[in-house]
Amino acid sequence: MRTAVVLSLVGLAMLGLPVVAPTYYVTLMLPFMAYGVVLLGLNLLFGYTGLVSFGHALFIGVGAYTGAVLTTHLHVRHMELILPAAALAAAIVAAPVGALCVRYVKIYFGMLTLAFGMVFYTFLLKFYKLTGGDEGMRMLRPYLLGNGWEGFSKTAYLVGPYYYFSLAVLILATLLMWRIVRSPFGLCLKTIRDNPLKAESLGVSVPRFRWYAFMISAVYAAVGGALLATPTGNVDPTLAYWTHSGNVVFMVLLGGFSSFFGPLLGAFAFIFLQDTVMSVFPYWRLVFGAMLAFIVIFAPSGLMGLFARRRPVETSRA
Amino acid sequence: MILEAHDIRKLYGAYVALDSVSLSIREGEFVSIIGPNGAGKSTLINVLTGVLPPSGGTVRFKGRDIAGIGTVALTRLGMARSFQLVQIFPELSVLETLQAAVISRLGRGARLLSSLGADREVHADALEVATLFGLGDKAHALARELPQGDKKLLDVASAFALRPEIILLDEPTSGVSTADKHVVMDILVKAAKRIGLRAIIQVEHDMDIVFGYSDRIIALHQGKVLADATPAAIQADSRVVDMVVGRRRH
Repeated sequence: MRTAVVLSLVGLAMLGLPVVAPTYYVTLMLPFMAYGVVLLGLNLLFGYTGLVSFGHALFIGVGAYTGAVLTTHLHVRHMELILPAAALAAAIVAAPVGALCVRYVKIYFGMLTLAFGMVFYTFLLKFYKLTGGDEGMRMLRPYLLGNGWEGFSKTAYLVGPYYYFSLAVLILATLLMWRIVRSPFGLCLKTIRDNPLKAESLGVSVPRFRWYAFMISAVYAAVGGALLATPTGNVDPTLAYWTHSGNVVFMVLLGGFSSFFGPLLGAFAFIFLQDTVMSVFPYWRLVFGAMLAFIVIFAPSGLMGLFARRRPVETSRA
Repeated sequence: MILEAHDIRKLYGAYVALDSVSLSIREGEFVSIIGPNGAGKSTLINVLTGVLPPSGGTVRFKGRDIAGIGTVALTRLGMARSFQLVQIFPELSVLETLQAAVISRLGRGARLLSSLGADREVHADALEVATLFGLGDKAHALARELPQGDKKLLDVASAFALRPEIILLDEPTSGVSTADKHVVMDILVKAAKRIGLRAIIQVEHDMDIVFGYSDRIIALHQGKVLADATPAAIQADSRVVDMVVGRRRH
């Protein structure tokens, strides 16, 4: 009940934000919503399956570059086509990558995902003719609901139609993930996270379910990546760089991986903290590094743990 | 014959953990495997449940060769197990733990978009097993917060929730207080009848439990079958008593 009230208030606030908030802060909400989608998927792998990926920027990159290639080279400008295409591209890449990675756990899984991420980063950097190398490629303004919004300036487009489109995608992604984690499939993932040996003894095929989770998280990352590319209007290899993977893991930790909404709070806090700290202190990474250490040591449940009463990781009773 | 092992060998390098072990489990039997530490009991359970592939020999379950086919495949065939060290899902409730087993049995694990909460069949089945094992009033308690004895019960109950045809229990009363051991065993036997188990195999150190509940006892010593007989015959075999059972106080 309390969750429903809070969510309703947050939803209303987000709907009204472009009307009342300064444009600058509305534009900051765009990466928040894009990362929100990424993190919902990442946390299916991290918080619900117990696998920490240090290479998820690979799939953010796949999504962003899919959008750029479609709008720039293939003249596909409809976001309603770009997002499914990004999801499909991520699924195609994630199928073999995931099949290899989920055979390993803990640091080995993390290192393998990191390695695949760096392979993709190098591909983007070195295959200049295909990818534009370090300059990347343009992401042209996508059509939304069949409309090019040509009469809108870039800023008006972003804080208007694109803001609400991103919000709709985030809400849909959240509802879908909410359903997934409360499904029989979600329960099987939690058994794997808690005790893979026991899960196997109950007939849960651990590698198969880990692979499913990996695929879903990759698709979410790619959809988020495609959303992320539009506000900047350009995609480049840093999207797939390992520090970007580190950032999304940091966001999950910041918000709290043991809560469904923790990663969303983490994305929000990260974007706005980064903006605030960067504006007053040039060495913002120093501050974020100290913050990460503080969270890991003193607040392992993240920001969500500070707000919520101490209770177990999401259960199906809700 | 529901389960048969023939001439099983298991080597760890040069160490022979199991040496030409043969056994057969018949319909309706409660068989205990006993032996001193290092006799190969847990290795035998691991081979019988497909966790470890044997170095030689065959294991047949319902007439099918199951050597090394893996835990998941064996579970689907109708074999379940519990572990010597309690295995639970710490962050899941009792009900969720049992629901996971029921979901697995019904083949519903890959259902991504259906609501677990709305699946009455899974809920009712899990709750029935919880009640059967005396955990009904703790259905919503987290597994990690249960007392040790209840954790053990939950571990065993989740194996029963698979409604297997045969169950292999590795020390089902380890970690349970002496006073509660018979309570646990009585619950277990009652549950076995309720769900229609065809056979139970247990590894057990407590000889009161072994002699109190078994139809047949298999004594292992240094990886070999020392004796395979009824409790009365085992008790009458002074060699087995001296090497494995020990003199019991009356």
